[in-house]
Amino acid sequence: MKILTGNDLKTGAVTWWTGVGWSLDVNDAADVGEDGAKIIAREEGVQNVFAAYVIDGEKTAAKDGWTVRPAHIKDRIRALGPTVRPDLTLKPSDPEAVNWVI
Amino acid sequence: MVDVQFRFRDDEAVNDSAVTVDAFTEQTNATAVRIEPGDDARALLPFLDRLRLIEVNFPAWTDGRGYSSARVLREAGFTGEIRAVGDVVIDMLSHLKRCGFDAFAPDKPLNPADAQAAFERWDNVYQATADGRQPIWALRHQS
Amino acid sequence: MYKYDSYDQQMVDTRVAEFRDQVRRRLSGELTEEQFRPLRLQNGLYLQLHAYMLRVAVPYGTLNSAQMTVLGDIADKYDRGYGHFTTRQNIQYNWIKLEDTPDILADLAKVEMHAIQTSGNCIRNISSDQYAGAAADEVVDPRPYAELLRQWSSFHPEFLTLPRKFKIAVIASETDRAAMRLHDIGIKMVRNPAGEIGAQFYAGGGMGRTPMIGPMIREFVPLDQLITYSEACLRVYNRYGRRDNKYKARIKILVHELGKDEYTRQVEEEFAHLLGQGIEPPLAELERIKQYFVDPAFEAGASDELDLSDPDFRLWVERNTHAHKQAGYVIANVSLKPVGGIPGDASADQIRLMAQLAKDYSFDELRVTHAQNIVFPHVKKADLYTLWKALDEAGLGIANLDTLGDIIACPGLDYCSLANARSIPVAQKISERFGSAEKQAEIGELKLKISGCINACGHHHAGHIGILGVDKKGVENYQLLLGGCEGADTSLGKITGPGFDENGIVDAVEKATEVYLSNKQDGERFLDTYRRIGMDPFKEAIYG
Repeated sequence: MKILTGNDLKTGAVTWWTGVGWSLDVNDAADVGEDGAKIIAREEGVQNVFAAYVIDGEKTAAKDGWTVRPAHIKDRIRALGPTVRPDLTLKPSDPEAVNWVI
Repeated sequence: MVDVQFRFRDDEAVNDSAVTVDAFTEQTNATAVRIEPGDDARALLPFLDRLRLIEVNFPAWTDGRGYSSARVLREAGFTGEIRAVGDVVIDMLSHLKRCGFDAFAPDKPLNPADAQAAFERWDNVYQATADGRQPIWALRHQS
Repeated sequence: MYKYDSYDQQMVDTRVAEFRDQVRRRLSGELTEEQFRPLRLQNGLYLQLHAYMLRVAVPYGTLNSAQMTVLGDIADKYDRGYGHFTTRQNIQYNWIKLEDTPDILADLAKVEMHAIQTSGNCIRNISSDQYAGAAADEVVDPRPYAELLRQWSSFHPEFLTLPRKFKIAVIASETDRAAMRLHDIGIKMVRNPAGEIGAQFYAGGGMGRTPMIGPMIREFVPLDQLITYSEACLRVYNRYGRRDNKYKARIKILVHELGKDEYTRQVEEEFAHLLGQGIEPPLAELERIKQYFVDPAFEAGASDELDLSDPDFRLWVERNTHAHKQAGYVIANVSLKPVGGIPGDASADQIRLMAQLAKDYSFDELRVTHAQNIVFPHVKKADLYTLWKALDEAGLGIANLDTLGDIIACPGLDYCSLANARSIPVAQKISERFGSAEKQAEIGELKLKISGCINACGHHHAGHIGILGVDKKGVENYQLLLGGCEGADTSLGKITGPGFDENGIVDAVEKATEVYLSNKQDGERFLDTYRRIGMDPFKEAIYG
């Protein structure tokens, strides 16, 4: 699948395109198919996000709360948070979440 | 030609069309020249007395060579118009002026209120440059 | 230390107003991200992997207690309760909101701090010796010269859009504690045969993808020409530094391609011209700055006695303190490298505690080091045990300075959008394996430095052991380098061979230390043994 991600203009937070809006949870990410560039132009134009780009990813069977997996480690770290500070990640109470990144 | 949006000179506007540095050195009657970022402003020094206008082009505002060009010209005593043209943005204005630019013709006209705020931003400055302002160190030690 | 007058205060206040206006124009859509980016970078505001990041300048690494307290408060108020001290003696916050940044800058301005030119293609914060004004071996305190250069370089209208970033370091002793020759310009304050103080200039050093040790370009610049000479160096770079390729845009490439002699000739020509332009501040300005850097009121005749009966304290004194120029005083280093910790990170509480302790025991002064540690520059020996106890209770009392536990590491792929691999987990594993007091005593001084990409913020080229993280088809991979050094005998590390995975690199480090231990001669450090026996024995042990 093709996933669209960017950062919230005001807070800088990593966000994922859900098909209708933006979510902080990568698992909400929708497959944008060929529409990525079009959505980026519109969403950056209305100042919702910036630094948006399309990445490869895959829908996975639900495991430990994950259903969408970005293809590159950099985007998995963006999705989770810093692996060295589990308390500040998307899944602060799951010590195993770091293993999903690798 | 793009309009001059801001000008800090009292003399008559210069409307001569600027030629390239290469063309200028071969064309003895030209009174206006345009410097590109890669041009050596010092090549013009022998001809300053017949120049009325030197345009300094900024194809991209993040290429800062034009600042040095303007200072080199002012340090050599050029008193004609130095005009910033091209990708001139609000946040450059006060710095350009400090380096000796006294006319500004941005490709995309700037918001006049923002531009005025930018020109007036710095009440004092740390360096002595081409604008003749007393730097802070001089103010600190004036007797 | 330096205190702002009304002019300095007005400059930072004006910058806050300017940035507030820039943020307003960004949020209203007047500025696109492409237009805003260079502007925010000149205020130290990055976009990193998880959020905006703000880098706050600590000019030449010197801070007072009120400033340090505010750094802690910012971590609580606007971030997530911690900050990261960097290899350029600054601090950065990882979870900043764009909307908050003008207010953060305003908070900083209240204690004479800022984020001016901590990023972007301009002259960056000037770094210096963390022991300045305290070390016995300095010719003169380098900080007044660094402050003079700070003011000159702040908002210098000609040099805000250079080909690339520009880093300056100023030192004043034979022992180089600031990696001076790995800077775009390195300045060493020296005394000439006539007994006068002047500045020795080095240009074109740097790390990154093309590491270079800067050659000397001028043996002695008189003090009343310091700014003029600097301006000449910068003007030649601004006019002729490469702009066609971002990776070849640093001054080191210009100096290398022109050759040191030709670059120097051009600088001298520009310098001769600029001498007639009246751009040099009068010496009275330097004298004015100097008066802020006079020695604190040391107690005459303070005792040099130390009660070392507490063995943990004894170890810390041996490892983490340095001789002070004043009898009865000592320079104390706080290691921000607990075993298994994140190098350079400190919590808001720890930051405020260090601020308070500096007030109580170090004449209100602290330093940040390029090795991501904190220094109390002027501690009376009689207070040292009390200070250490207070630090130790807060997890800041570890004795590992310059050993394998005291690792420099960039934020790496855990935080940084440029990184190819994570640095911090590697640092944690190495410090866990080698961090015990026994291991450290056995191995002694060994500076290990880790970068998560070729940009080398973790100084891997200059580590006795360096580690470089790379991306190998989407998998983190780590290369090993040996033999780098950032001191007066600067050298660049060499890559041993093929890279390793995360566990493999830790094993490779262990093998390297084993080669050292079985080959070392009396008094040799790891680096000395490496320099004597060369790469081959290490290669054999690691790959054999």
